Amino acid sequence: MKELALIAVPFVAAIAALLWPKDETRPWLLPATGVVHVALTMWLLIAPPPVEPMAWVAFDPLARAVLPAVSVLFLACAAYAVSYLRLRSERPNRVFVACLLAVLGLLSAGHQARHLGLLWIATEAVTLAAVPLLHFNNTGRAFEATWKYLLVGGTGIALSLLGSFCLGYASLHGGGGGDLTFVALTAQGAGLSRPWVLTAWVLLLVGYGTKMGLAPMHTWKPDAYGEAPGIVGALLAGAVTTVAFTAVLRVRAVVDAAGAGVVAGRTLIVIGLFSMLVAALFLLGTRDFKRMLAYSSVEHMGILSLGAGLGGAGVWAALFHVWTNALTKGAVFLSAGNIRRAGGGRTQDEVAGMAILTPVSARIFVVCMLAITACPPFGPFFSELRILRAAFADGQGAVAAVFLAALLFAFLGLSRLVFAIVDGRPRAAAKKTDRRFRETAGVIVPPLVLLGLSLWLGVATPSVLQEAWTAAVQALFPLP
Amino acid sequence: MTTVLDILLRLAVWLLLAPLLPGVINKVKAWIAGRRGPPVLQLYYDLAKLWRKGVVLSTAVSPGHVAGPAVAWVAVLSAALLLPLGPAGTALSFRGDALLFVYLLAVARFCTSCAALDTASAFEGMGVAREVSYAVLAEAAVITALLTLALQSNSVSLGTMLVPSAGAGAGLLAAGLFLVLLAENCRVPFDDPNTHLELTMIHEVMVLDHSGPPLAAILHGASVKLLLFAVLLAETVLPIGKLSPLMATAALAGSVLVVAVGVGLVESLFARLAFRRVPMLLTTAFLLSLFALLAAWKGAGA
Amino acid sequence: MTGALNLLVALAMGLNLLALGSSRLPSLIRAAAVQGMVLGVLPLLLEHEFHGLVWVVAAATIAIKGFVIPGLLRRALRTAHIDREVEPLLGFIPSLLLGAMAAIGAVAFAGALPLRPEHAGTLLVPGAFATLVGGLLLLMGRSKAIAQVCGYLILENGIYLFGLLLIHATPLIVEAGILLDLTVGVFVIGIIVDRIQREFDTLDTRKLTSLRE
Repeated sequence: MKELALIAVPFVAAIAALLWPKDETRPWLLPATGVVHVALTMWLLIAPPPVEPMAWVAFDPLARAVLPAVSVLFLACAAYAVSYLRLRSERPNRVFVACLLAVLGLLSAGHQARHLGLLWIATEAVTLAAVPLLHFNNTGRAFEATWKYLLVGGTGIALSLLGSFCLGYASLHGGGGGDLTFVALTAQGAGLSRPWVLTAWVLLLVGYGTKMGLAPMHTWKPDAYGEAPGIVGALLAGAVTTVAFTAVLRVRAVVDAAGAGVVAGRTLIVIGLFSMLVAALFLLGTRDFKRMLAYSSVEHMGILSLGAGLGGAGVWAALFHVWTNALTKGAVFLSAGNIRRAGGGRTQDEVAGMAILTPVSARIFVVCMLAITACPPFGPFFSELRILRAAFADGQGAVAAVFLAALLFAFLGLSRLVFAIVDGRPRAAAKKTDRRFRETAGVIVPPLVLLGLSLWLGVATPSVLQEAWTAAVQALFPLP
Repeated sequence: MTTVLDILLRLAVWLLLAPLLPGVINKVKAWIAGRRGPPVLQLYYDLAKLWRKGVVLSTAVSPGHVAGPAVAWVAVLSAALLLPLGPAGTALSFRGDALLFVYLLAVARFCTSCAALDTASAFEGMGVAREVSYAVLAEAAVITALLTLALQSNSVSLGTMLVPSAGAGAGLLAAGLFLVLLAENCRVPFDDPNTHLELTMIHEVMVLDHSGPPLAAILHGASVKLLLFAVLLAETVLPIGKLSPLMATAALAGSVLVVAVGVGLVESLFARLAFRRVPMLLTTAFLLSLFALLAAWKGAGA
Repeated sequence: MTGALNLLVALAMGLNLLALGSSRLPSLIRAAAVQGMVLGVLPLLLEHEFHGLVWVVAAATIAIKGFVIPGLLRRALRTAHIDREVEPLLGFIPSLLLGAMAAIGAVAFAGALPLRPEHAGTLLVPGAFATLVGGLLLLMGRSKAIAQVCGYLILENGIYLFGLLLIHATPLIVEAGILLDLTVGVFVIGIIVDRIQREFDTLDTRKLTSLRE
């Protein structure tokens, strides 16, 4: 029942937010729901419930390995949102709060979905529920970003539906009943019709890859992340992409069972490396630090895809990276949001000298940058090291070399832009704009906590998490 | 001896019946417009009149200006001879005559165009440019249609290709060929045979400088071409081989008449297309033939 | 039954080309709407025994794809005073030829995929892929938001066509959810169209170019 509560609680809260009369107090629903959600996921993480094999929704090993990260990230964003929405009191927040809560509920459903159709519905619904979040700022640029997000994301989601149908037909053609639960599909294994499985794999990878933001389907990402508020960016980059990634993992398990695992692994490696390279090149050129975060997210999605392509050890490292990426990305987006508010601009031409204007946020931003570019001792360093080791263990030296080169370029690009913003003299414009911004505890503590968690994950990975990731890998890819 | 007689007989049929078709079309148009219209045999009178007249030649032209219409006329008539006439079959038939058919029509167009260019008038050059650029698209449709027929009948000889009905894609093919017929014969939505507005003319521009017997040859050749496409369209759709000779002849004559009435209706009911829309319609004709080809291919596979 | 089915699917494929060749927004909307209605009839042909739910799904599909969504689009066209020219980024003739190539490619591709015996003679798979590509071409090759929405509708139609292969296997609840999502999706798109209009005084997405590197 607790797994259903994970979905139901946010929805109830969303309805409550719609009915809540006062704009000032409504945002408190967010952290309240977040606390309940985190408590539930932690409970389920430590004491995993028995999974009924044919259930459509269950807290199965993969959900256990990933969903708590989403939950923690949401709580941090929710805590930040209270202060943020107070700053933005000129905008009505009824729909915003309700949609944030609905996104949490749908994410919980998506992570726990064990049925291809249900997974698709949850992903599509998340896409739609995120639309009001993206145009919260209500500017022309925000609408432009939303339009692109909807068009590209909608096409991706449509292709993934077609892919789901193809997988269903593969089962039907192989003599199965067309049962779309992952358990049934995996059980059918080699009985699935191979051409249809490959068609389905391509379509599903393109579809869910669009949602993840893998290159070349990433074009919506810089616009959407650039125009959305920081919390929305953090949730999109850390949580919504994660549900698409788990979808790819679940589908890959089916493709593996059907005997096409080698092809699937290779496509994941290629598309992952391509995303990393594209992102690194754009990182070297961009002057806008919110778009920079989007390209960084594309890069990390590439890392996840690469890990997923490298077999058992790689998948374990990718699950690790889901956690470190979610927490560190959350911190970096939230601190970037502070700098955006205080600096009054988004490019290095408009913003500089933030170390003087907002000393705490600027320092957090620099440390976050170091963390997200995989400097030790933060979490991403260790998870990416695991992926590197998996690549070497797999005998993929060239892959490892490209991976390291892309990481280096990304580091150069990110550090160039971050230091340009933090150092130097404050621009004259920044002194006038947004004088309301104060570095209160509400906007400092959430990114700091996320950063601390990322550090903790790196230096002392909790054994319960390691055990959860191992269980997830075993459940997805059972050793023959 | 009988072969020669046969050919002469067919030639007579084509030569004598062809000018009837424009008359029918004009009559239909007149009826719809509520006029009495010119007599059905008007074109015969025109041709007779032109034949008696002398030729006025520009000082700038070469002998090709007169030779062009003559060669074009012969080419169209030869193409007509390749086409089977209902139950009578063809006079000349050999493997690959469908290709010759396409080429003869192209030769006819080439000669008319050259004769027009020969006057060195920029105005006629413009007409040639338009005519030829549309012809490229129309030819693609004709060739695809013939390819479809060839695939269905497993033959590249018009005599056998046109005997069975077109099968699955008959409707598509008929629509495509009807559009080609309109384009090739400069009928309304592509060109207006009655236009006197020089900037919008296509075919009429090319023949402005001709007079007397060469003009008669051009006009008569145009009517033969119209009949030729009407017969091709009818035989593509009709299952000629399955009917008794009498029935087949009647069906063929009837459908040619229907096509003529159809052309008249189109000319009365539709306006001429803007130039930039014309390639679109010809592409549609090509696509219709292409899908007929697809249907034939799928039909052969299943 | 297969004959009637193939005829309708072929009609849907023809409507793709009609949509690709449409130079006016109303005719584009009409093509998408008629295609939606044609597809709505198909479940009735496929289902062997007629129970109420099939009728409900067919009626709902026809109503939504054929009337509600096109109605919304026409209203947007009317109230926003949008110019009726389509203004293609990719010319009409190239789009038509690409659409035709897609149709032929879809037939060839479907021939390479193994099909269950009851689907072997039908045009469902090629029709689905051809419609899908037609929708994608419209999405990418047209600059106006309404034309892009029509492209998205046609893309969805292609997927719906493919979904008919699974009509006996998938529980209807999933189909209902899919239909629901489609409506919500287009509804949201409609709202955005409205907002873009108010913000930019145009529905030309080519003007949406302030976000770029």
